[in-house]
This record gives sequence, structure tokens and C-alpha cells, in this order.
Amino acid sequence: MTSTRSLFSQIALLVLIITVCVFPFYWMVTTSLKTQIVALEAPPVWIFEPTLSNYREALFEDGVLRTLINSLIIAISTTFLALVLGVPAAFALARFEFRGKKDLWFWFITNRMISPIVLALPFFLIARNLGLLDKHITLILIYLTFNLPIVIWIVTDQFRGIPYDLDEAARLEGASQFTIMRKICLPLAMPGVAVSAIFSFIFSWNELMFGLILTRSEAKTAPAMAVSFMEGYNLPYGKIMATSTLIVIPVLIFALIASKQLVRGLTMGAVK
Amino acid sequence: MSGQVPRKTVFAFIGPAVIGLALVGIAPLLYALWTSLHFYNLTKLRRVEFIGLENYWTVLTDEVFWQAMGRTFFLLGTALPLQIALGLGIALVLHQPGLTLVKTLARLSLVLPMATTYAVVGLLGQVMFNQKFGVVNQLLGGADINWIGDPENAFAMIIFWDVWQWTPFVALVLLAGLTMVPGEVEEAARLETKSKWTVLRYVQLPFLLPGLVAVLILRTADTLKLFDMVFTLTRGGPGSSTEFISLMIQRVGFRGFDQGLASAQAIILLIITIVLAQIYIRVFYKEV
Repeated sequence: MTSTRSLFSQIALLVLIITVCVFPFYWMVTTSLKTQIVALEAPPVWIFEPTLSNYREALFEDGVLRTLINSLIIAISTTFLALVLGVPAAFALARFEFRGKKDLWFWFITNRMISPIVLALPFFLIARNLGLLDKHITLILIYLTFNLPIVIWIVTDQFRGIPYDLDEAARLEGASQFTIMRKICLPLAMPGVAVSAIFSFIFSWNELMFGLILTRSEAKTAPAMAVSFMEGYNLPYGKIMATSTLIVIPVLIFALIASKQLVRGLTMGAVK
Repeated sequence: MSGQVPRKTVFAFIGPAVIGLALVGIAPLLYALWTSLHFYNLTKLRRVEFIGLENYWTVLTDEVFWQAMGRTFFLLGTALPLQIALGLGIALVLHQPGLTLVKTLARLSLVLPMATTYAVVGLLGQVMFNQKFGVVNQLLGGADINWIGDPENAFAMIIFWDVWQWTPFVALVLLAGLTMVPGEVEEAARLETKSKWTVLRYVQLPFLLPGLVAVLILRTADTLKLFDMVFTLTRGGPGSSTEFISLMIQRVGFRGFDQGLASAQAIILLIITIVLAQIYIRVFYKEV
């Protein structure tokens, strides 16, 4: 009988884990469907008549839609740039022998450790002097500091797993290193490239500090927009939660797709 | 395995990435170094002036800076043990055989907290921890706790969210470690002893250590970076009770406009980060 009891306690524990993880999202979504009056009821109500008015207002009257589009443009562009710069570098790190390879590798990875505020201060001044404040390109470039290391790490790992014999065979046929990378290794490394792209997108999409400091209105990102609802008294909680939901849903979908690799992506090889 | 290739080829492949990262990563650092040696106030840009190490001296003797530093490490010292204890517990539950479907569901829901936009976690905190209409007080049986307005409660709230967001990460890292233990060894150990603790200590722990080291290194780095969630939840307040190091530097640089001083603080933070990373690596990865 002990086994039935332990089975029950195990199920109870698992349900508890799931509840604790999911409940804040449930609360976020339900609050986003409440009118301001219902949202401010004390104690909070669990059953109410849902409305989409917060979403309508946030998206079309307050300009959240534009900040979502900005976030999308920035996250996709910086991911693309990180792939263009990172994939060849990863190929070199995986396939070539050269002096200082280890140091270079270490330098790429340690960029993950640096606090963004260290870069945000000078980057703000540089962008200001160059007239680049509140431009998409500024965020696209600064996001490279964390996207490039992600891409390089994951893709190098992927390239290393591809048998070197394939390169040899192609070289005998007279293929250049670039052709070998593009025609032979890259197609095989596609899963890793896709995962690194997803991570790069997620981290860029989630970023707040640079968005807050380097943009005003034109290139404002969605998280920075959500923060700007927080000014003054009588906060529009339903609207804030509607915006939050719009920000979080695409990331969660991507994260669930890449969930198997998520931990590896976050630890960036430190576990190995 | 890999081959010798002409330097030109190496550079063609890796050069663009190095140049790119140098431009966006290193150039700002050098600029911060320059700024930190100057009187550089955004409201008084006419009198930018070289003042040597004065900013550094101001920071190093500034009680408020060290308090923010202390708070940051206090958060790490309270949240990380909780995350490791809870994470280990969850990993062990998930590692037990059977109930595949529920476990898959649990593993997937663990992914949600760590992928959530950090700024949104803070906003969610504003709603859920509100004294009057927050669901947290309701769930505590109609408690009347002022979470956001009281210094100690605000700190507890930050710990709560940090633990909520990062325990799943620890759990999944440790679960990966547990699955590395060879099945026969674990079964043999279970036949020898009934004590789960003995199995954990002598059979599983060696496989968990690399993951724990990674957790320690990454959580330290991330706590030093912590900004988004706290900024949207408390903005460092009330008073300075939740002003962690990144928030303080942001306040000095962008609300106090003293970029010179803030740059000196940032450089000192950078040095502390690098020293800590080196210590960790020396202590834990002796072979490197």
C-alpha cells in the first residue's frame, strides 16, 4: 500500500510544481481580460465577464502595436546579423587550428557575464554623439554583444559533431573552405543554427534596459512601452497585463519549441 | 581532427565576428574607462574635465555603493540556496520512474518561468502583490501585508520572484545531471541501502557537481546584472531597500546624470565580475 501512497504524493507534488509555474500566467491573462473596475476589486474576483477592451485600447490607441513591431524588427535583424557573423566564426573555431583560439573562444563566451549597464552608459553617449539615439540600428548592434556569443557557442558545438571526413572528401574534389561550410556543414548543422536563432530572438525580445535607455518613441520596444504605463497613480492594470501577455506569448511558444535545448542555451556550455 | 589553414582563410571566417564584437563590446568599455577618469555630467557638458582617479576614490569610499553591492550579494546568498534546495527536490521527483505524462507536463511548465520576459515578471509582481487587490494577500487568507511599500517585504518579494524564475533552471540542470548516472550503478546502490540520502550523497552527487558549479557561476553573474525585474517592480525602493548594483549605476548615470561617476562604478563592477569569474574557474575547474 505504501507504493500507492507514494504514487499519490508524487502526483500531488507534480501538480504543485505545475501550478506554481503556471499560476502567474493564468493571473496575468485573466487580469488582462478585466475592466479597470473589476481589476481593482478587493479582494480580487475569480469569476467575471471577460472583455478584450484592454487589448484593443493598448494595441490601437496607446501604440503598443508599433512597439511590438519595433521589437520584432529589432529581434529579427539582430538575430540575422548574429548568424551572418557568427556562423563562419563558429566554423573556424570548430574546424581550423590557429594561435589564440582558446583565448578567443573564452572572450566570446565571457561577454555573457558582463552586466549590460556597463555597456549601456558609454553606448548611450556614443549613440548620442553620433545621432543614433532612438534608432532601430542602435539596439540591433548592442544586442550583438549577447547574441553573437550565443550563436557562436551553439553552432560551434554543432559543427564539431559533423564528421571531418566529409570535409576531406569535398576538399579532394577541390571545394574551397567556404563551399565546404555552405554546402556540406551548414545543412547538417541546421538544427543548431535554428536553436541559436530562437535563443537570440528570445533574449533580444525580452531585453529592457537598453530599450529603456537608448530609445524614446520611434524605436521604442514593447517591454519599454509596458514600463511607461507605470507612471502616475491609478495604474491601468488590465492594460499593463494585456501588454505583458502580448509580449510573453510569442516567447513562450518559441521557448517550448526549443525546450530541450533551453538549459544548454542558458548555461552556454558551462555544464560540460 | 581539424586542419591547418592559411591565416588569411582563418581571418576571413572569424574576422567579421571579432571586429563586430570589438566595435559593440570593447569600444564602449574603453569609452567608459575614459569617461570614468573625467568629470562628466550630462547636464554640464561644457565643463568636461580630466580628474584622474577621483571618481574611483569617490566610489570606493561611498557607503551607498557598498550597500548596493552588499544587497546584491545578500540576495544571491538567500535566493541561491533556496533555488538549489527546491531545484534539487524537483529534479529528484522528476527523476523517479513512472508517470511519464504528468512529468512531461511538469518539465514543460518549468520552461515557462525562465523564458518569461524579466520586465513582465516585475509588472506581474505589481499586480499580484498589491496590498488591496493583489491575489497573494487573498491566497494568504485575506492578509493585509504591504509588500511593495515596506522595505523588508519588498526585498522578500524580489527573493520570491528570483526563486520562482530560476528554480526551474536549477531543477532542469540538476535533472540533466541525474540522468547521467549509469542506471545499473544507481540500481545496485538502491539494493544496498534504503536511504535515499546515501544514494544522493555517494552515487548521484558526483554527477551533479558540474551542474552546480555552472549554476553558481551563472547565478552570480546574473544577480550582478539583475535589473529588469526589479526596475519594473520596485524601481529600487522603497527608499533604497531593493536598489541592487545595476539599478544604482543606472540611477547615478541616467537620473543623476553623473556619467563619470556611474562609469567608475560600472568599471569597478566589471572588475569584480571578472575577478569572481576567475576565482570560480580556478577553484572549481582546477584542470583548466
